[in-house]
Amino acid sequence: MTSQAHDQPAVVATAPSAPHSSMPSLGSLVRRPEVGSLIGMVAVLVFFSIFGGANFMSAGGAASWLNVASELGIIALPVGLLMIAGHLDLSVGSMVPASSMTIAILSGHYDLPIIVGILAALGLGLAVGFINGVLVIRTKVPSFVVTLATLFALAGLTLGLSIILSGSTSVALKSGPIAKLVFGDYLGGKFQVTLFWWIAIVLIVGFILNFSRFGNWILAMGGDAVSARNAGIPTDRVTIALFMSSSLCAAFVGMSQAILYNSAQVAAGQSFIFNSIIAVVIGGVLLTGGYGSVVGIVLGTLTFAIVNQGIFYTGFDANWASLIIGVLLLAAVLMNNTFRTMALTYSPRTKTRAR
Amino acid sequence: MTTPLLRLTGINKSFGPIDVLHDISLEVNRGEVLCLLGDNGAGKSTLIKILSGVHKPTSGRMEMDGKSVEFGSPRDASDHGIATVHQFGGTFPLMSIGRSFFVGAEPTRRWGPLTIYDRKRANEIAVTEMRQLGITRIDDGDRLVGGLSGGERQALAIARAVHFGASVLILDEPTAALGVKEAAHVLRIVLQARRKGIAVIFITHNVVHALTVGDHFAVLIRGSKAADFRKGEKSREAITDLMAGGEQMAELEAEIESFSATNDAPRDGAHA
Ligand SMILES: Nc1ncnc2c1ncn2[C@@H]1O[C@H](COP(=O)(O)OP(=O)(O)OP(=O)(O)O)[C@@H](O)[C@H]1O
Ligand SMILES: [Mg+2]
Repeated sequence: MTSQAHDQPAVVATAPSAPHSSMPSLGSLVRRPEVGSLIGMVAVLVFFSIFGGANFMSAGGAASWLNVASELGIIALPVGLLMIAGHLDLSVGSMVPASSMTIAILSGHYDLPIIVGILAALGLGLAVGFINGVLVIRTKVPSFVVTLATLFALAGLTLGLSIILSGSTSVALKSGPIAKLVFGDYLGGKFQVTLFWWIAIVLIVGFILNFSRFGNWILAMGGDAVSARNAGIPTDRVTIALFMSSSLCAAFVGMSQAILYNSAQVAAGQSFIFNSIIAVVIGGVLLTGGYGSVVGIVLGTLTFAIVNQGIFYTGFDANWASLIIGVLLLAAVLMNNTFRTMALTYSPRTKTRAR
Repeated sequence: MTTPLLRLTGINKSFGPIDVLHDISLEVNRGEVLCLLGDNGAGKSTLIKILSGVHKPTSGRMEMDGKSVEFGSPRDASDHGIATVHQFGGTFPLMSIGRSFFVGAEPTRRWGPLTIYDRKRANEIAVTEMRQLGITRIDDGDRLVGGLSGGERQALAIARAVHFGASVLILDEPTAALGVKEAAHVLRIVLQARRKGIAVIFITHNVVHALTVGDHFAVLIRGSKAADFRKGEKSREAITDLMAGGEQMAELEAEIESFSATNDAPRDGAHA
C-alpha cells in the first residue's frame, strides 16, 4: 500500500502507522469532548480574575468557589453518568434536604448516635434511588417525569414527617468531632472537607466510565438502549444502580451539609436540580445520552461555581450571575456540538490532506 | 442426511391478540445461506428476534444440533453461537470503534488489584477484524462509529459477530440502506462467512442480492411460510412474485396501469 504510491503526493503514504504514539495528535485532541468545556472554564476564570480583583484569586476566594464546586460536583458526577446512560434525575433536589432532615431528626432531635443518622440518611438515598430506578424500568415512563414525581413526593414527605416528628422545619444537630472532621469541617478555616470527597468520587466515577466494563455499558445504553439490551447488557440492573448512585450522592451532600452547618432545613437543596444539570451539560455531556466525560463534568462544575461565586468579588450586582450562566450554557452546548461533529468526521486521512 | 444446525418446528408468535407468526418450520444448515424473504410486515424480523432471544415464541420448538433449546434473553442466544445484526441499530454512533465492537463482551486486563477494560486490545482486534472483511480504510480503533459509512458500520457489526465465533449469523436487511458498492461488500462478507462454515440467515427485499448469495430460500407471507426451496428450483420471476406477497407482479403492474388510466372508475377486486 505504501510502496506503490511512490510518486503520488503524500495522501496514502503518510497514513499513521502508530496511532497510539505518546504525542497527542490534533485528531485525538479534537476528539476529546471536553475541549469546549475547557475553553469555557478558562474564559470565566480569566474574566473573574480581571474583574474580581486580588480577592478572587486569594485562597479565600478560591475556597469560596471550590467549596460550592465540591458539593455540586459530588451530585453532578453520578447525575452525569445517568445522563450519559440516557436518563435524568431531578429528585436530587429533594434528596439533599430529606437526607439532612433524616440525620438531624435522628441524631439531633432524638439524640441517637451520629452514626445511626449517617447510615439512615445514606440508606434513605439508596432506597429512593432504587425506587426511581424500578419505576423507570417498570413503567417505561421517561425518567424526567418519574423523578419529577419523586422530587415532589419526597419533598412533601420530608416536610410532613419533619413537622410530625420534630414540630419544626428546621432542626439543630450536634455531631461529634470525628463526624465533623470527616464530613463537615473547614480545613485551614476555609476549605470544606467535601473537597476531598469530591476528588475521591471523581476518581471513582472516572474509573467506572473509562476503565471498567460497566462504563462501556453506560455509554452503550445511552447510545441505543434496545441495541444495548440485545448485546446482552443487563440494562435494568445498570439503570437501577445508576439511580441509586445519584440518590446516594445527593444524600451524602445533604448529610454532610447538616453536619457542617449543625442544622438542617426542609427547604434547602432545590437549587441542585438545575445546577447539576447545567454543570453536566456545560461539561459536554449529551442531554439525550451516549456521550460525555468525567473531565468535562468536572470542568462544567468548576465553571458553574466560578461564575456563581466570582460575581460577589466583582462590582456587579449578583443577579447578573444567572445571565452569565444562561449565556454560558448556550455557548457551551453550541461549542460542544461543534467539537462532537468534528470528532465524528475526524479521520486520519482527511487530516493528512489538510496539512 | 445430517442433522441441521438449527431447526424450528411449528413456531407461533402472537403479541396479545395479534398473530404475527403462524406455524413456521425451518431448517438452517452449516455453510449455507438461508434467504428469508417476504413483504413488509410479513414477520421476518419477528422470526429472527425469536432466534436471537429477543422474543419468546408463543409455542413451537427450537433445536440446535438436534438438542432442544430455549432462549430467555439475547445473551442466551449469543451464548449458543447465534449472532444477530438487527434491522435497526446495533452500533453506537458516539462510541469508539473498539468500544462498540466489544459492547457487552469487553476484554479486560489486570491493573494492580483492579480489572480494567483493555482499550488497546479492543481497538487492535476491532481494526484487525474489519481489515479481514476488506475494510482497510480504518486504522484507528478510537475513531467514533458515527464517522463510518453505512457499509463500514454494517461491516463492523458483522465483524463483531464473526469474531465472537458465531455458528449462526443473522443479518436483517443489511444491504437496505447501502450504496451499490457497499452492498456488494456486505454480500462478499456473507459469502466469506459461509465459506467459514457459518450458517447465515439473510433477510432482504432485493431479488438480486438474494439470488447472489442464497443457497436456500424461505418466503413468509402474512406470518406463514408460503414457500421453501433451494437455489435453482424456481425462476427469478416466481421468486419476485413470492417476495411481493404472492401476488403476480405482472398482474399488479397491469392493475396499477388501469388504475392510473381510469382513476375515477370504481375498482373491482381482480385478485388471484
Ligand atoms: N412488539 C410487537 N407488538 C405488536 N406487533 C408487532 C410487534 N413487533 C412486530 N409486530 C407486528 O408484526 C408484524 C410483522 O413485523 P416484522 O417486523 O416481523 O415484519 P418484517 O417482515 O420484518 O417487515 P419489514 O420487511 O418491513 O422489516 C407487523 O404487522 C408488526 O406490526
Ligand atoms: Mg423487518
